Amino acid sequence: MAEAIKVPTMAEYMAEGKKPEVLFWVGCAGSFDDRAKKITKAFVKLLSKAGVEFAVLGTEESCTGDPAKRSGNEFLFQMQAVTNIEVLNGYEIEKIVTACPHCFNTIKNEYPELGGNYQVMHHTQFLKSLLEEGRLKVEGGKFKGKRITFHDPCYLGRANNEYEAPRDLLRKLEVELVEMRKCKKNGLCCGAGGGQMFKEPEKGNKDVNILRTEQAIETEPEVIAAGCPFCNTMMTDGVKGKDKEGQIEVMDVAEMIADAEDL
Amino acid sequence: MQIVSQILFVIALVFGIGFFARNIKKLIKYIKLGKDIDRTDQPNERFANMARVALGQSKMVKRPIAGMLHIFVYVGFVIINIEVLEIIIDGIFGTHRVFAFLGTGYDVLIASFEILALLVLIGVIVFWIRRNVIKLKRFWANEMKGWPKNDANYILYFEMVLMALFLIMNAADHQLQILGADHYANEAGIMASFPISQFLLPIFDGLSISTLIIVERAAWWLHILGILFFLNYLYYSKHLHILLAFPNTYYAKLKPKGELNNLEAVTNEVKLMMDPNADPFAAPEPTEGEEEVPEKFGASDVQDLNWVQLLNAYTCTECGRCTSECPANQTGKKLSPRKIMMDTRDRLEEVGKNIEKNKEFKDDGKQLLNDYITTEELWACTTCNACVEACPVGIDPLSIIIDMRRYLMMEQSAAPNELNISMGNIENNGAPWPYNQMDRLNWANEN
Repeated sequence: MAEAIKVPTMAEYMAEGKKPEVLFWVGCAGSFDDRAKKITKAFVKLLSKAGVEFAVLGTEESCTGDPAKRSGNEFLFQMQAVTNIEVLNGYEIEKIVTACPHCFNTIKNEYPELGGNYQVMHHTQFLKSLLEEGRLKVEGGKFKGKRITFHDPCYLGRANNEYEAPRDLLRKLEVELVEMRKCKKNGLCCGAGGGQMFKEPEKGNKDVNILRTEQAIETEPEVIAAGCPFCNTMMTDGVKGKDKEGQIEVMDVAEMIADAEDL
Repeated sequence: MQIVSQILFVIALVFGIGFFARNIKKLIKYIKLGKDIDRTDQPNERFANMARVALGQSKMVKRPIAGMLHIFVYVGFVIINIEVLEIIIDGIFGTHRVFAFLGTGYDVLIASFEILALLVLIGVIVFWIRRNVIKLKRFWANEMKGWPKNDANYILYFEMVLMALFLIMNAADHQLQILGADHYANEAGIMASFPISQFLLPIFDGLSISTLIIVERAAWWLHILGILFFLNYLYYSKHLHILLAFPNTYYAKLKPKGELNNLEAVTNEVKLMMDPNADPFAAPEPTEGEEEVPEKFGASDVQDLNWVQLLNAYTCTECGRCTSECPANQTGKKLSPRKIMMDTRDRLEEVGKNIEKNKEFKDDGKQLLNDYITTEELWACTTCNACVEACPVGIDPLSIIIDMRRYLMMEQSAAPNELNISMGNIENNGAPWPYNQMDRLNWANEN
């Protein structure tokens, strides 16, 4: 675990006159949030294991503008977008993978009109393609037979109609996949989207993440699998709020695969 | 006597349809108060979406009980309209059951109308029970108090009465045919078959032919006048969805739900700011004629929304599936996507009447923002698209919420404070949290 992971930057690739296969867009949460950084590292380990030539932007990366756009600050969003697109186009990026569905949605859907055209994949989609190509092998492991429920991130699921990639990965881990009563197209939000992550909720009788965690707990899972750093935070808080920390873990699908492989 | 009734019928028909046409014209005029948006692309996909969602009821059946009952009522109303065609021809030309020449085909037709009428009746009664006896939560939300609740019940009563009249009319007609009454009986035997209304025959036992004719005529007239009235009630009720579901699904957004439109006015500004050759002190290009008003960002009133959003508002039938799926609403927040649509329609009606009265919009000191939709509602949205997914007729409440947030953010700088701090962080250090962009790769060296 202690061995340092090698994370090349685009600038380094450029200096060598080479181009990586894919750009890993880390995102703000993946870069700064302590919990999300673990997901970032797990994903990087999987990329290394599969022999993927990847690079990150490092200090040249900046917020995609998703929270700004969804809060109504279109101006700030477009400033961020145009700046990022300039960097990405400067490096002639063609393919991007990210572990954050918000970054995924924004770069995939909202950047093209502003001049940023890339093939964008969510990390679960990318990992699935690595499995299909035989570059990464996942079989059972420590989650085999465990009860797992997957919480659909809104920006991967409803927003972009991807429900199966993360579930396919979980099936590869040979888990007992159980669905919440609200899942896939009807999945309930964790409560973080649309800028909510960065503000106090409006007055109500419950927090959204608590309601969602209750739905997850109904399935009696050992792990709540997530595919978004914000959902991860919200569900982790929810599990704590319900005093279930000892029994239920909240893990990103990438972490589960890395864990199963003892990476 | 016959000619008088024919003339009266034509007058009723012309008046009913004329008034309806007038309301539709008004409806189109009001919808066109919205901003332009191009939704003419991908006509094949749009037709497919309309066929699937509106015609095929694909989203209705997501909730199987309501979905199935709704299909009864929907198919019933569409098919029974063939009967209305016969009624209109009979009414104008003084004929009786003009389609009877179809023979067995006519038997099948009337029989299927009767079965459908019964299914509609059952559907509508169950709907009434769900609303008024079981009191499903989504029909008793705050925004459903008063007119919206009554409106929904009036529609149900209306449909019950129309179906009952149809069956009574057939039963009386059947009895008259059995008794061999002039104008009703046919040498070839009983016209049409009456699988449902035959059970009503005992009610008419012993009634004279003249009484039966009164019953039959009364039911016939009330049925067609009722339909004409209902047609004109549509515009004033939540029931326009029976017509507007079709254009609404056709013009619905085809792009991924997560994709929000990029504001062109902002793009122009940003381009100017990023262009190293742009002269920030240059005088604006001289424009011909009137001085250009700088474009308003976002929406504070209905005229700032686009026409598809306004069409959405008229299409909403207040079923509340959006609201029942909304995470904010489920956790007791004030936001209700259904209310967003109802408010938009109410305000649009108000603005439309204002324009009709004053020739152009005269400031009435009100707007959609605050006077109808509060900021508390707008800021509670998680943009999760559950409401958009839930809507059985392709309404997009989220787009209105976003446009209004844009106004709050960009025109009024009126966002919640914590959110403003995050915006400041993104602006200054490229992340919503106060971390330095230069530390973005630190994670790689941490264990």
